Amino acid sequence: MTAFLTIAILVLVAIAIWQMTKIFEFSQLRAENSQVANDTDNKNNGYLMFAFLIFIYAITIFSFWKYAKFLLPEAASAHGGEYDNLMLVSFVIIFIVQTLTQGLLHYFSFKYRGEKGKKALFYADNDRLEFIWTIIPVIVLAGLILWGLYAWTNIMDINDEDDPLIVELYAQQFNWTARYGGADNVLGDANVRMIDIDNANVLGLDVSDPNASDDIIVKELHLPVGRKVNFKMRSQDVLHSAYMPHFRAQMNCVPGMITQFSFTPTITTEEMRKNPDVAAKVKRTNKIRAEKAAKGIPNTDPWEFDYILLCNKICGKSHYNMQMKIIVESEEDYNKWIASQQTFGKTVASAQ
Amino acid sequence: MSATGHEHGEDHGHHHKETFVTKYIFSQDHKMIAKQYLITGLIMGFIGIAMSLLFRMQLAWPGESFPIFEAVLGKWAPGGVMDADVYLALVTIHGTIMVFFVLTAGLSGTFSNLLIPLQIGARDMASGFLNMVSYWLFFLSSVIMVSSLFVEAGPAAAGWTIYPPLSAVPLAQGGSGLGMTLWLSSMAIFIASSLLGSLNYIVTVLNLRTQGMSMTRLPLTIWAFFVTAVIGVISFPVLFSAALLLIMDRSFGTSFFLSDIFIQGEVLHYQGGSPVLYEHLFWFLGHPEVYIVLLPALGITSEVMATNARKPIFGYRAMIASILAIAFLSTIVWGHHMFISGMNPFLGSVFTFTTLLIAIPSAVKAFNYITTLWKGNLQFNPGMLFSIGLVSTFISGGLTGIVLGDSTLDINVHDTYFVVAHFHLVMGISALYGLFAGVYHWFPKMFSGRMMNKNLGYIHFWITAVCAYGVFFPMHFVGMAGVPRRYYENTAFPMFDELTDVNVLITVFAIIAGLAQLIFLYNFISSIFYGKKGGLNPWKSNTLEWTTPMEHIHGNWPGAIPHVHRWAYDYSRTNENGEYVIPGQDFVPQDIPLQDGEEEMNH
Repeated sequence: MTAFLTIAILVLVAIAIWQMTKIFEFSQLRAENSQVANDTDNKNNGYLMFAFLIFIYAITIFSFWKYAKFLLPEAASAHGGEYDNLMLVSFVIIFIVQTLTQGLLHYFSFKYRGEKGKKALFYADNDRLEFIWTIIPVIVLAGLILWGLYAWTNIMDINDEDDPLIVELYAQQFNWTARYGGADNVLGDANVRMIDIDNANVLGLDVSDPNASDDIIVKELHLPVGRKVNFKMRSQDVLHSAYMPHFRAQMNCVPGMITQFSFTPTITTEEMRKNPDVAAKVKRTNKIRAEKAAKGIPNTDPWEFDYILLCNKICGKSHYNMQMKIIVESEEDYNKWIASQQTFGKTVASAQ
Repeated sequence: MSATGHEHGEDHGHHHKETFVTKYIFSQDHKMIAKQYLITGLIMGFIGIAMSLLFRMQLAWPGESFPIFEAVLGKWAPGGVMDADVYLALVTIHGTIMVFFVLTAGLSGTFSNLLIPLQIGARDMASGFLNMVSYWLFFLSSVIMVSSLFVEAGPAAAGWTIYPPLSAVPLAQGGSGLGMTLWLSSMAIFIASSLLGSLNYIVTVLNLRTQGMSMTRLPLTIWAFFVTAVIGVISFPVLFSAALLLIMDRSFGTSFFLSDIFIQGEVLHYQGGSPVLYEHLFWFLGHPEVYIVLLPALGITSEVMATNARKPIFGYRAMIASILAIAFLSTIVWGHHMFISGMNPFLGSVFTFTTLLIAIPSAVKAFNYITTLWKGNLQFNPGMLFSIGLVSTFISGGLTGIVLGDSTLDINVHDTYFVVAHFHLVMGISALYGLFAGVYHWFPKMFSGRMMNKNLGYIHFWITAVCAYGVFFPMHFVGMAGVPRRYYENTAFPMFDELTDVNVLITVFAIIAGLAQLIFLYNFISSIFYGKKGGLNPWKSNTLEWTTPMEHIHGNWPGAIPHVHRWAYDYSRTNENGEYVIPGQDFVPQDIPLQDGEEEMNH
């Protein structure tokens, strides 16, 4: 069906092109036979310039109308609110400038389309005009830069104030592992050279480091709501990037070094599922999935919203499917969950 | 300096007897070399665009079987379903070919070679021999790049930025074996070619200008090519060193970029290197590269737009100043590709600052183009349409740079389709438009006065213009929804299910746009042989190339090289009585001396 539709569209496009050539040719039957634009060409293309302006505005409006609902829901982290505000302001500026400049560009193209005998204005310079449109971007950009740098400094200031939870995100082709500091909230030393898969030491922890034995290694990331989390990222093989779009958080994982990111989750998974935008998205998505399931396409079970950690740096064949579920829950639930997990010390002991 | 063209005038008379080989293959004539660059670039462009259509089909209809996949990809598409490895390979080679082989060599190589000697009034490049070597190195690197597609384990597939360790360790990815070796060899040769070309352009512009052609009378095309060459000479060697160190890491056991790697059950010996170092070296070229691609396109646009608006380019000096400012700033913004790479966040602040600064000269250029149109007498030749199209996509794509250049906002859109949409509009489509504008405009200069068919040109432009926005405007929304780039399919994440429709729309636009390029191809090839001749100066342009005879001769001008008496933009210039400087003619070519009572403007 899709193949047929595609072919049908292509045929129609080909016919349209052929017809357009005819129109352009007929409109010049009596004109001189030259490949330089004449008045008819100028007129046709002038009007098309105007139509193109309408097309640009239309596709902008269409995209907002149809696609704005696809954007990420409200930020689920403390710094995310400020991020979203800065993004909003930037976009307002972008769309004002875009609308004005595209308007002028295409309107001038339409208005001043050439005619035989018309005289263009010899207008080579105007210092004042040039000063104005240099200084306006300077001021606007200075504002955006200052705001952006203020936000950036706050986000990137990773410190141990407010008793943060320490979590390691460990990347490898093609999955994620998380490690908690355990009762002492301190991560044991680790290096890929100490990986000992036979003895269940998959992350290369230093067995002799007392901080390591109470570490907890899991395949699902649980975070208590309202508590700052300091992430330490490691990778064992190639570059990966820990991307948590709902929290407006991302940091690359680099073999040979430990990178950091920090945020405070503010909305639990349960609350987020009740968010009207998210609920509507889940409904739409499950309708699509149900349609696919009816056709017998696999991997189309109904979806329930969850925060997700994606890999966002090309890392090889299965890069497109490197993910880990994130669950934000109340302090109590988190404590209950973490208490039920096995410590590294016990895992190693039972493997021997 | 400008007097040197004079002495050079002696040796044009005695023509060498030319054989087929010296005329068409190992030619040292800049006009022939320009054509060689153009045709090689167009062939590479055809390959690059075809690849993008293949992976766009996979994105719109993930996992579906297409006979064309099996036909083109063979064992990489068993049963017509594209393999995930070859998806990454296609993305990688598409990026490499389009950025380096089409938009660097195909655009700058073609028009710098064609226009620098013709527009500054020189018999040829400073060194015809180096120029020839430069082209043949480019050709060799193209052949190696294309041949890497046929390697058993697949071509390079680590993304066009080939970040190690993925690109360094064959265990991590099949394409990082022989495919990557060929990629690196090809690029090393490409860089040598580019450097030889750039040095030649710089020397030619500085030393071989004809009498009267001061730097402030140069057409903006030449300014753009000149500054582009300077940026190339400054930044390409750094990419060369990155490639060389990577080759050493891969083949000679060094650890410049690698450390602490455990893969497939074994610890590799590498210790102490840093992938972040590679990122620094790569982007030290990688970002200036954006301007190496874009500046020539902007230069071509300036020239084509002024000619067809029948007006001087507005703010000639401001345009030169912006080119210089962009060139300078382009070398100190590379870190904005690395905000979340793990480098010191303070560096992120510095690079945010410099990056947003570069928006200022860019804005000045955009405003100057718009003002150039104001109160003009716009002649909508195909080249003019593409120039206006360039300004449009340059603005649309440039504005989203405000988001990406801001380290804070970059956090959540980094490496998503938002980035893909941004750079395709601002450098991909814009530079392609510049290339097309140049081809339509200077086709008569390249092919003995024959012109391309304008009606096919109009159709080519309008379909391309609509489709370019049709492809890349919705793509911003895909990125803002959080879809990472370089995903073979998005089906592993239910949160992206509803974006499939957008991807289908994008792909349909992309296929139509791809087919529209066939119109161009047909027009290009048929016009070489059957195009109508349009006179010596079909666009009524001021620059010197239109004073040369239609048929190419070695040495460009049969007699003495014309002297220059004015800048290149005396369009519609009138005397105080309101009459054109040359009565009945709205343009005054650069080689026309000042008329009675005319005062030279101080530009």
